[in-house]
Amino acid sequence: MSQTLRQTKGGRIDRSRTIRFQFDGKTHKGFEGDTLASALLADGVKLFGRSFKYHRPRGVMAAGIEEPSALVGAGTAGRYEANTRATDLFIYPGLKAVSQNRWPSLGLDLLSGISLISPFIPAGFYYKTFFGPPKLWMVYEHFIRMAAGLGKAPKVADKDGYEHRAAFCDVLVVGSGPAGLAAALAASASGAKVILAEQDRELGGSLLTDAATIDGQASDEWIAAATTSLLAKGGRILTRTTAAGFYDHGLLNLIERVTEPGQAPGADGLAQRLWRVRAGQVILATGALERPRLFAGNDLPGVMLSGAVRTYLNRYGVRTGQKVVLTTDNDDAYRTALALAEAGAQIVAILDSRAASAAGNSLSLRRAQTRLPVHFGAKLIAAKGSAKGVKSAKALIDGQITNLVCDLIAVSGGFSPVVHLHMQAGGTLSWNETTGAFSPDISRQNQTTAGAASGADGLGQTLTSGWEAGLAAAKALGLKGSSVKTPPACAEADDQVCRSLADWLPAPQTNLKKAFVDYQNDVTAADLDLAWREGYRSVEHMKRYTTLGMATDQGKTSNLVGLARLALAEGRPVPSVGLTTFRPPYTPVTLGVLAGEHTGAHLSPRRRPVLYQVHAAQKPIWQPVGYWHRPRAYPQGREDLHQSAHRESLAVRTKVGVTDVSTLGKFDVVGPDAAAFLELVCATTVGKLAVGRGRYTLMLREDGMVMDDGTVWRVAENRFFLTSSTGGADRMSAHLSYVRKVLAPQLKVTVANVQEHWAAAAIAGPLAKAVVENLMGEGAAPRHMSLGFGPLAGIPTMILAASYSGERAFEIYAPSHQIGPVWDAIVEQARGLGGCLYGLEALEILRIEKGHIVVGGEIDGRATADDLGLGKMLRPSGGFVGATALGRPAMSDPQRLQLIGLEAISGTIPEGSMLITAKGAVPCGHVTAAGMNVVQGGSIALGFLQGGRARLGDVLTATSPTRKQAAQVKVVAPVFYDLAGDQYRD
Amino acid sequence: MLLIHCPHCGPRAQAEFVFERPLESIIQIDEALPDLIPKLYSRVNPKGPSWELWRHTYGCQSWLKLHRDTHNHTIHAVLEIGQTPEGGDA
Ligand SMILES: [Zn+2]
Repeated sequence: MSQTLRQTKGGRIDRSRTIRFQFDGKTHKGFEGDTLASALLADGVKLFGRSFKYHRPRGVMAAGIEEPSALVGAGTAGRYEANTRATDLFIYPGLKAVSQNRWPSLGLDLLSGISLISPFIPAGFYYKTFFGPPKLWMVYEHFIRMAAGLGKAPKVADKDGYEHRAAFCDVLVVGSGPAGLAAALAASASGAKVILAEQDRELGGSLLTDAATIDGQASDEWIAAATTSLLAKGGRILTRTTAAGFYDHGLLNLIERVTEPGQAPGADGLAQRLWRVRAGQVILATGALERPRLFAGNDLPGVMLSGAVRTYLNRYGVRTGQKVVLTTDNDDAYRTALALAEAGAQIVAILDSRAASAAGNSLSLRRAQTRLPVHFGAKLIAAKGSAKGVKSAKALIDGQITNLVCDLIAVSGGFSPVVHLHMQAGGTLSWNETTGAFSPDISRQNQTTAGAASGADGLGQTLTSGWEAGLAAAKALGLKGSSVKTPPACAEADDQVCRSLADWLPAPQTNLKKAFVDYQNDVTAADLDLAWREGYRSVEHMKRYTTLGMATDQGKTSNLVGLARLALAEGRPVPSVGLTTFRPPYTPVTLGVLAGEHTGAHLSPRRRPVLYQVHAAQKPIWQPVGYWHRPRAYPQGREDLHQSAHRESLAVRTKVGVTDVSTLGKFDVVGPDAAAFLELVCATTVGKLAVGRGRYTLMLREDGMVMDDGTVWRVAENRFFLTSSTGGADRMSAHLSYVRKVLAPQLKVTVANVQEHWAAAAIAGPLAKAVVENLMGEGAAPRHMSLGFGPLAGIPTMILAASYSGERAFEIYAPSHQIGPVWDAIVEQARGLGGCLYGLEALEILRIEKGHIVVGGEIDGRATADDLGLGKMLRPSGGFVGATALGRPAMSDPQRLQLIGLEAISGTIPEGSMLITAKGAVPCGHVTAAGMNVVQGGSIALGFLQGGRARLGDVLTATSPTRKQAAQVKVVAPVFYDLAGDQYRD
Repeated sequence: MLLIHCPHCGPRAQAEFVFERPLESIIQIDEALPDLIPKLYSRVNPKGPSWELWRHTYGCQSWLKLHRDTHNHTIHAVLEIGQTPEGGDA
């Protein structure tokens, strides 16, 4: 079998360039310019896949992106792309494609037995099963999961490149058929900067199937001249590029396939590109899609859309049938019939559902009538055949049931304008009862529609509407008129008119259980009728209940047929039934192109503290804190994290430790109203702070909950230094700006975020003061909560005496670019005294033992200052953000969760455990942080307990059901070390 | 994605901006408790024209007042906070 159905000449394929590829492991040959579908059809392949629910054999129905049935997987390993349309995949050397949804092979699908039990899988099957006994669902679920489902996702990472690009233009034209090209030419001739996007690999749209004469030129020449003209005027032409989404304010997402599905990229490594185009005016020349018709077996391989049959013949040189039955409600199918007859096929019958009196009078129809068997008022009842294809058709001709032997049924149920982008842009539709088509009515954005997408019928109308849309867009942009005055004109315009007469009624003898509406989700006309009888009247309910239009093709060919069926049941006109929402993307989009470059390390920025390399030399265990990467522990020898953290924290408790606190939030607050400003932000007293002194402080949200904590220092009368948590620094920066600019614009104060201007080392431990004084001289160490200045290693520094660990401690600040020598000197001095570096894990252990709270731990957005045991710090006079909300009665409920300490009586307190009462196991709180007593050992924790401060001494259970760990705990005050605070002081 | 005309930076993509809240939900420091609750917990969600507070966070960082129609996303005005619209109220 090799290209047996290929015509010897004609079409746009290059017969001199043979391409070898594989389908289901078998090697095939095609030609340059072929799609996977055309190449396989030429080879006589009819069966392309199995259907989603019933595993019915399916072939190719369409020739473009609307294909519902012939879905394949393309490529291998990380390049594998599932559910891609064989009709939208141009073959390339080495292509490996596989059919989907069959087991074990396409020809022998053991699951096709499902179609025998299809009466038991009716519409709404899944919903009905949910209401059945749960055990039954368990049985069904296993079965359904194995049987159903489209292609499989690849398991290997995709290494190919995807990029995002932004672009701007005056006029974006979507679609390069005759309307799109005419529109682009008109806009461009008027001086507009144009981008033209075409999903196919060639410009031309319908002209690629139906060549014509335009402006006295063959259409190929006209397309080439148009291309040259657009490029010469600075336009951008994007082929293989689909406009997938139309968003607000003229923004469209275009997906450019740089490579075909599964194809290895070129030297640039690029597989796909996402264009975000902001356009002044958008012209949608997206064409129209042909609709199938309802008859039994309308999904068999060998039943194809009439226009697709013509495309395979004219564009790809493939004659998809020898004995052909056509069924239509319009004149367009006659062009297919004539083309087939000319190519040597036998036209068995043309079944035209229109009455002879209502049929069109196009040249094609008149020609066909003279030489082909045309039957008016005739319909198809059933197609009969197997996985090998159609064998015969049962037709209703002149009231008689007639059997027709055939191997191809070409179907035309009229045309639906592609209005998806127009609707995404917020537009409305108008209904044409005669043609049975919705076309764009009102546009909500700077957007128009042209050509078949606007309901134009015939090449003449199409060219004119495109031209006019292009001129109108240019005019709306205020551009001068076009240099060319007349629209492109075509010969034989009448030949291209289709004059559809919509007919939604199947022949009365039709078995509706085999008449498919949605091919991809296996929804039949009988399913829709059943859903309607069960009370599903809203189109949105109907859609979800039957899954109509919910597959990857989003019902491109099926939706209107389904709507019409519902309207018929309702006895109402189609538009009154309503439409489901058109959502982006228009065609399926790979996740890779949406992610673009934002993968792996590029997903979010990694912020490195200025001392990153210095730490890296110590080979620490790193920990992400927000975007920052900070050392978690500095293991020595074979230490693990916990051994290392324990050694480090013991050093702080007994000697001295040094840690990098450069990432803290830091703000300079300067001006005559600096204190007044800080008293709005901070819930504690600031104004009374003496110069040279600092305080621990809390910042509240407007709802009264604690947002962040930090320290505030009065550097000079009108200059303060505010610190806040690392993770909350950006939020704090925005909050300060909000208070400054929105709430208190009258204050004379400047706030500067100096987070990365300063770097800092914290020195903590009984020997911390010795480190400072050895380096900076006797008396250089300020007393607790005071600040000082002085050179260290020749660098000017600021010293803040504040402690988080509970030991005497100093934070030494230096300008970021000068921290190196300061850090080195401090570390050397500390090591000389038996100290060491400590990381975040040791810091966590130390702060838990001391009962110090942390943002993201105890400050969890649900805790008030009082809940945290810090109520006494609040300024009683109020006047700060969050003060009013504290007056809510719920804020002083004695049963609120309050911060408490926990000591293990037995076992180790599990991280993240919940607290339950020993009797009755009533949940009453949770553990926020579990740690240990650094010196004596023993498991301790901080947590929240309902009315906790009144329950000291209670015995509870801390349990983590997921870890299957539990410990008996005693409720104590949330401080386990140096209750009097003596260690802070000298 | 909206296109917002920042008075300082010109037309910029919405991704550069952060929506803060409707202007009427700004809570003053000395807000009385009964007025605070609706501003915090039961904000209006108007369908139609609405004055809103935005920030050009990933641009010039200025606070802006937008007059935006939530129904069709038309932006009628973008003003610096503190500026009042000509003939309007905000
Ligand atoms: Zn700006």
